[in-house]
Amino acid sequence: MYKEPEILSNYALGSNSGVSLGEGDFQINFGPQHPATHGVLHLVITLNGETIKKVEPHLGYIHRSIEKMCESLTYRQFIYVTSRMDYLSAHINNHACALAVEKGLQVEVPARAQVIRVLMDELTRIASHELWWGAMAMDLGAFTPFFHAFRERESINDIMEETCGARLTMNYMVPGGVMHDIHPNFQKRVKDFLQLYKRKIHEYDELVTGNIIFQNRMKGIGYLSAEDAVSYGCSGPAARGSGVSSDIRKIYPYEIYDKLEFDEVLETAGDSFARYMVRIKEMHQSIRIIEQLIDNIPEGDFQAKTKNVLKLPKGDFYTRVETARGELGVYIVSEGGTTPYRIKFRSPGFSNLSVLDHMARGSKIGDLVAMMGTLDLVIPDIDR
Amino acid sequence: MWSFSYIANEIHEWLSKTFNPTWTLIIEMVLAGVAVIGLFAVLGLILVIMERKVSAWIQIRLGPNRVGPKGMMQSMADTVKLMVKEGLTPTGADKIMFNVAPVIAMIVAMLLLAPIAFAKNFQLWDLNIGVLYVSCVSSLMVISILMAGWSSNNKYSLLGAMRSGAQIVSYELSAGLSILTIIVFTGDLQMSKIIASQKTGWWIFKGHIPALIAFITFLIAVTAETNRAPFDLAEAESELTAGFHTEYSGMKFALFFLAEYVNVFIVCAIGATLFLGGWMPFHISTWTGFNHVMDYIPSSIWFFGKTFFLIFVIMWFRWTFPRLRIDQLLNLEWKYLLPISMINLLVATLMAMMGWHF
Repeated sequence: MYKEPEILSNYALGSNSGVSLGEGDFQINFGPQHPATHGVLHLVITLNGETIKKVEPHLGYIHRSIEKMCESLTYRQFIYVTSRMDYLSAHINNHACALAVEKGLQVEVPARAQVIRVLMDELTRIASHELWWGAMAMDLGAFTPFFHAFRERESINDIMEETCGARLTMNYMVPGGVMHDIHPNFQKRVKDFLQLYKRKIHEYDELVTGNIIFQNRMKGIGYLSAEDAVSYGCSGPAARGSGVSSDIRKIYPYEIYDKLEFDEVLETAGDSFARYMVRIKEMHQSIRIIEQLIDNIPEGDFQAKTKNVLKLPKGDFYTRVETARGELGVYIVSEGGTTPYRIKFRSPGFSNLSVLDHMARGSKIGDLVAMMGTLDLVIPDIDR
Repeated sequence: MWSFSYIANEIHEWLSKTFNPTWTLIIEMVLAGVAVIGLFAVLGLILVIMERKVSAWIQIRLGPNRVGPKGMMQSMADTVKLMVKEGLTPTGADKIMFNVAPVIAMIVAMLLLAPIAFAKNFQLWDLNIGVLYVSCVSSLMVISILMAGWSSNNKYSLLGAMRSGAQIVSYELSAGLSILTIIVFTGDLQMSKIIASQKTGWWIFKGHIPALIAFITFLIAVTAETNRAPFDLAEAESELTAGFHTEYSGMKFALFFLAEYVNVFIVCAIGATLFLGGWMPFHISTWTGFNHVMDYIPSSIWFFGKTFFLIFVIMWFRWTFPRLRIDQLLNLEWKYLLPISMINLLVATLMAMMGWHF
């Protein structure tokens, strides 16, 4: 009686899946409208019962051709579009682009601007990891952590709103510094947040990390070896969970990261739980960085003097930063005009997604959701 | 005294005076049917708003607060919305099975309301195999879920239904065994006699550790049997969108939804009856004064208080724990719960033979 809808089956089978459908196998379309994909990601999954034989991501549902758009925008304008790539680390995206333009212009960023930028980056990283924590717990069927995570995230958003005027796509970084000075309340607000965070952080461990069901769902699941992490180009917590040192802040320090005290979090287990712990510990490291800087914001300009119309010299410029999800590279090719000739973003989400099929084969469909959670996929970042 | 049994007796006497016995019986049956339908709807509404309020409380938010005082009429508004919504039947679906499945779910939930003693001497049907009847009828629920999943012509629904089938059939075993533990103590399957046997103390206290273990096993098993988180694999929102009722909408969805909540009420009522003394007040053997005070509280309040406490515990589970994976779920049942409850039953039998319980 069970009849395959013709269009769907053709679509799924027509793709180059590399796995032939055997007896009892079937394919399901996981997304683009699905509660666990947190966006419009489309996975064609080949299943045998509950066991996954193949996962095939189909991209492009939220492709806005940001790279092409940037070619017709000036060096001041294109930064704002990049907030919409990985909307959870908007500051860090903007930061990467600003760094690339500054590299071309040979501009020295004032010390105050550098500190403000790093503070904003780390706040963004915490906010992003908070959201990831809640959303990943939700993927595992626990709804409550989401609201607990949002309580802290909300206070970061308030800080952002006060200083940058926006809560999600801040557009605060400009070539040569930041757009305007920090709000007078900024330092007090951040200190309040640090206090709140320290008072509440134990709830995270009680609610999720120490839970026996949670640990059983995460440990030994979605194993990614260090070799595979490197060969698939994983970066960020996805790679560091497998013991691959990949923190751009440590390896290629930018701004003032080389003067700060913080540890690169490394876990060697390579499973979902390791990736989870990397992010949890990274939040603590970000707190450490903020604590070092919040009382030591130097006086001075918040923005270097730049010309009204920016022109990059002929050549190509590449910068990379560590976003909440991994390594974001910005590659600008300039012909000497006011707009970039060509722009390419190396987004962390795209490479991290590519490892999903490798990790998921042979595990259950419930684990696939958990693995996607620990990879922390942001779909607009994958498609751009 | 204004109690449920008083009202029931008054109605019965008035009917007996007015009509001949046959008509009295027919009218009483109709009244009972209407009462069950009303109870089904009212319980559903109450439990839905309760769940939303409990979850809001656990999740540090307010919950529904716009419709009616403190949002208490929210589930009425939801019902109206669901009733006027179109109940779609997908093109590829098996139409008869698809439409019959939610009705079966509803009928099962209503049938299960029959042997529950809501208050002292207030019971629709005090049949002599009450507990057996409950465990038999409750296993019919899986049929409606399998029907819904199979007939929807949707792979997500099918996966959900198959999960649910494996889950309910497995967990019925340990639910049954933990119920048997109490049956061994009482030596009777009739609800009223089980309650009467707890006059001196509830079984959870009288039965020592075996009763406590049985109670915990029962609570876990019924949480799984009613497809509630952390065992909500049949729905598994983040994995299977909505599992077996993915394709359902409008009133057909609402019937599944209500049936789930009424089932939660029923299993909690059974748990309260077997382990916590049903409508029996809390007594401490020698404290006569205390016992008299406890007796003043109406029996219906005792029953509903215990039941709603258990419902709260099950809701607490749902909003705290992540979901298990299907193989972990079955491992938990077959490798841990089932052996534990079997050994527990043996110990309880030994205790009952030796008369070691109070």
